[in-house]
Amino acid sequence: MSDRGMADEEAEGMTDEEADPSAVVDALLAGDERTLARVISRIENRAEGVRPVLARLSRHAGEAAVIGITGAPGAGKSTLVDGLVDAYRDRDLTVGVLAIDPSSPYSGGAVLGDRIRMHRDGDAGVFVRSMSARGRLGGLSRAAAEAVTVLDAAGFDVVLIETVGAGQNEVDVVRAADTVAVLVQPESGDDVQLLKAGVLEIADVFVVNKADLEGAGRTVARLEEMRRVRKRAGSSSGIDSGDRHDDAWTPPIVETVATTGTGVADLIDALDSHREHLLATDDLATTTRSRHAATIRALLRADLEALLETTLERQGGIDDLVRRVEAGETDPYAAVESVVAPIEDCLDDR
Amino acid sequence: MHTTTDRPIRCLIAKVGLDGHDRGAHVIARAFRDAGFEVVYSGLHRSPEEIVRAAIQEDVDVLGISILSGAHDTLVPDVIEGLREAGAFADTLVLVGGIVPPEDERRLKDLGVAEVFGPGTPTDETVAFVREHVRERV
Ligand SMILES: Nc1nc2c(ncn2[C@@H]2O[C@H](COP(=O)(O)OP(=O)(O)O)[C@@H](O)[C@H]2O)c(=O)[nH]1
Ligand SMILES: [Mg+2]
Repeated sequence: MSDRGMADEEAEGMTDEEADPSAVVDALLAGDERTLARVISRIENRAEGVRPVLARLSRHAGEAAVIGITGAPGAGKSTLVDGLVDAYRDRDLTVGVLAIDPSSPYSGGAVLGDRIRMHRDGDAGVFVRSMSARGRLGGLSRAAAEAVTVLDAAGFDVVLIETVGAGQNEVDVVRAADTVAVLVQPESGDDVQLLKAGVLEIADVFVVNKADLEGAGRTVARLEEMRRVRKRAGSSSGIDSGDRHDDAWTPPIVETVATTGTGVADLIDALDSHREHLLATDDLATTTRSRHAATIRALLRADLEALLETTLERQGGIDDLVRRVEAGETDPYAAVESVVAPIEDCLDDR
Repeated sequence: MHTTTDRPIRCLIAKVGLDGHDRGAHVIARAFRDAGFEVVYSGLHRSPEEIVRAAIQEDVDVLGISILSGAHDTLVPDVIEGLREAGAFADTLVLVGGIVPPEDERRLKDLGVAEVFGPGTPTDETVAFVREHVRERV
């Protein structure tokens, strides 16, 4: 909240559309919390005019350690995120948290769980934001990735993404992270499901939380076994030999008791090691590249779809085409050809 | 007043003070959810400063402060003062739920609380109030 001026200006009825992208970016880079919060809202709302802001901010991103925390409901993710925030603050690192709830009840509404505690009143080094799916799971991963970019640009040293690990959509959300920690609680049945859903593959670090409960040792043993199987499968499937193998990352298994903070320091060590591994092996550059590619494709798809709609409208709209098909004047194939022809002409001119 | 697109109304349901009763908070959170609102719940025992920061970071349209007894004297004014200082008051509809004596209710409204809902208020009523009074935004 370093820049009150900006906040007041907005409160006085300046609309988001009118907000000058450079002014928004400047306020955000200067640490204005309301501006940051507003930009994330605009991402969620898919507001017009947020793109130039994101375009500028994306140039300021790339420094944060982005960490995904996933696992079954009740595994202790929020409690652990709480503990991680504290531990990172003790290390003088600032933390942005994105708590994502992908469940989308029919009403469209959502209860986004308890906000994690902010232990230090007025600590500007922590920013926590909750996000729901808003009935469009596909868009959630993009919104999450953009929110991460914004937190990164805002200068947070660490960005934590908390999300329920249950299926493909959650896996997509967590792809915005460089390092993914998968939480498993001592044999409860949950872990079986979780591993089935393919969450195992995305784990860079395994966390057996609730290590104070019975059965933690068994769960660790099971994970070790799975890790062994995976490693063997990985080494026999590839033709490649030694050197790539030496580089391969073996996800460590860390035991934590999130409620007391036991093991949190070990977890941070494991997360740090993974980041060092990423930096040392070019893996970070690879994931960053594929993330850029995904962003470019997503933006392209959105823009082309909009162009298509415009073209379609100019030619009378879908209803008109349907009517003509119905009347036997044309068929769907010819109709599409006629819609796309002007676009193709444009391309040929280039 | 809520003229914007399909953007859901975002709410923070906050518990300030020492009491550990959050049944009322949960009831209203569920009612808001069923009305299609997005609800963030603060958890128990939050300080006014924590509530203000949460309201700003979550960029909520509505801040519902749930109190059991007594807490409204100082805690609610502190929250409102914090919102004002941060320049967020004008954008935030502040509601109070709980038992508040009539003379205190008047004082809270003078401070900027939009409405006080006593125990037993039908949730429909609260939902309708929010829909009608939520601040316009882009
Ligand atoms: N015994 C024990 N309970 C824990 C531990 N971590 C979290 N819990 C409890 O598990 C429940 C769910 O935790 P929460 O963090 O909300 O889980 P989430 O749904 O994964 O975010 C809460 O009641 C926590 O207090 C732990 O290490 N040991
Ligand atoms: Mg949680």
